[in-house]
Amino acid sequence: MAEPIRVILDKCVGCGLCLKVCAYDAVSLVDKKAVINERCTVCGACVGVCRYDAIEIERRPFKGQDVENYAGICLFAEHRRGKLSSVVLEIIGAARELKKELDRSISAILVGDKVQGMAEELVAFGVDEVWMVEDPSIGDFDEDVQSDLVTKILLEKKPEIFLGGGTILGRSLLPRVAARILTGLTADCTELSIDGDKKLLRQTRPAFGGNIMATILCGGHRPQMATVRHKVMKEAQALAGHQGRIEKLDLPILKPRVEVLEFVEEKMDTVNLAEADFIVSGGRGLKDPKNFALIEELARSIGGAVGASRAAVDAGWIPYSHQVGQTGKTVNPTIYIACGISGAIQHLAGMKGSDIIVAINSDPSAPIFTTAHYGIVGNLFEVVPEMIKQLKE
Amino acid sequence: MKIVVCIKQVPDTTNVRINPETNTLMREGVDSIINPFDMYALEEGIRLREKHGGSVIALSMGPPQVESALREAISLGVDEAVLLSDRAFAGADTLATAYTLARGIRKIGKADVILMGRQAIDGDTGQVGPGVAENLGLPHITEIRKIEEIGEDKSIVVERLLEDGYVRLKTSLPVLLTVVKEINEPRLPSLKGKMAAKKAEIPVWSAADLELDTQRIGLTGSPTQVMKIFTPPRPSGGKIFEGDVQSTVAQLIAALRDAGIAIGQKKGEA
Repeated sequence: MAEPIRVILDKCVGCGLCLKVCAYDAVSLVDKKAVINERCTVCGACVGVCRYDAIEIERRPFKGQDVENYAGICLFAEHRRGKLSSVVLEIIGAARELKKELDRSISAILVGDKVQGMAEELVAFGVDEVWMVEDPSIGDFDEDVQSDLVTKILLEKKPEIFLGGGTILGRSLLPRVAARILTGLTADCTELSIDGDKKLLRQTRPAFGGNIMATILCGGHRPQMATVRHKVMKEAQALAGHQGRIEKLDLPILKPRVEVLEFVEEKMDTVNLAEADFIVSGGRGLKDPKNFALIEELARSIGGAVGASRAAVDAGWIPYSHQVGQTGKTVNPTIYIACGISGAIQHLAGMKGSDIIVAINSDPSAPIFTTAHYGIVGNLFEVVPEMIKQLKE
Repeated sequence: MKIVVCIKQVPDTTNVRINPETNTLMREGVDSIINPFDMYALEEGIRLREKHGGSVIALSMGPPQVESALREAISLGVDEAVLLSDRAFAGADTLATAYTLARGIRKIGKADVILMGRQAIDGDTGQVGPGVAENLGLPHITEIRKIEEIGEDKSIVVERLLEDGYVRLKTSLPVLLTVVKEINEPRLPSLKGKMAAKKAEIPVWSAADLELDTQRIGLTGSPTQVMKIFTPPRPSGGKIFEGDVQSTVAQLIAALRDAGIAIGQKKGEA
């Protein structure tokens, strides 16, 4: 087995930048040249940072499908309890941008019970063709059944791009589909565009908790699959008079292996961080669980959801479903108001995609202020009630 | 009951710093840890064994240094550990990783429950769990916050966290589950565990030890290709409002409204 990564000795100047970015301690300098050892995972961080193009990854990908026979942009029309998920409109928005560059039609895969109305809605927003399997036996949480249908439709229709939501369902279903078709899947993209020369889908996503961004291509396999982070792409607006075709497909439906016993909805207004435009979060600075009432009051006054730092959740002040950050939820609201949160890198990882970040903290040196767009240094027990008061006026 | 827990060794991002001059990620001197979500998977695996008997096996794929993560898993209480390590595995994306891990699980044989964390904190993809399940032909359920019960008839009832609540689901073993933090509180290593970890022999399986298609592993088996890695631009620096409480709050609300956000505005106001 040849080494997949190598240093081009002529080009390496021994600057050592690659040593500093390596997370695995896998690069050393020997005689002023970089040497890569067996600890290397071929993550590519050193390749990206090298200013002399002196590190190279050799790729000999296995043969994919007949790439030329695939055409069009397809999306997974996720829905829950009789409604299209809001991420679908965002994906249509992204697909319509891609269509401008690629000049291909937009299709959607829609599977479930009583979905005809949603199919018409998809067309109204700019989908040219809906491939639909309608059957009462297809449940909302049947990833098994749904991924099987999606796979069959993709293999028959051969779109070159397939996009899904970076939601709990999308991030569970699409990996199964990709593993069945044997194609590439990029998780949780925040930017999609078309690569100039080869017309490939350029997929950009955060990794390392948003500390780095990676741009990924899938050259030899189709469809090029990606999930799209919720609330990042702009929602499509309805296209007046847009016409599309709705095709009902008759496919065998698997017997589900997972049975739904019960769905328990949690109070929508304060817990659904994924959908919220405004989020007010509390942290250790609240000092006492009962002070979360203040956070809730501010959230309610602006129609927002309640978030929390890991410190507050670990202290048992508020349930885990409110936790924002690396081991909690990743949120992208219009406004994120952090109250009494110092801003550890793990917390920032979960909320730095917010459009506007407001920090209220008594410690002027708290790291949250370096990420916040607006800050108030002060006692949150004075600032928050004042905000509630002024917002009421 | 045989439980396999897949774990990943990741850089401890707590210590990651940004070089302010070059705006690049400085990973110098960063420790390696077990992916935090996998700690919950390990704990849950150990609890299942304590309740139902059987054994827990920790499995990981990676370079030789990953052995230390597997030793840590043994110190926490898993019975055995296996490392999949071969230069041929290097550079694997989620598709190739899922395939390779599935081959490892197949060689271990007869797993009833396969546990993983919901995602790794370096790649943040969450794709490997469902991918492994697909490769093994098993059902999977992601985002598990509670395993309610496992019956004599091999049925299992779990709670899965969703965006707007949770759902109780029932399926039967074998199954692959990915877990969230809420599921438990991981224990610390015991003294006995530490001793066991020191003595444990951890087998290392190479590509030749697994029955696999070499076209589907490592870089070769990875359809996705990272073209560019860059550091996102940092915010240009925020505005800190000065003055007394009343004035700073008024300035903040005015700034938000200037930015076009109708915060707290009643109907009819501009």
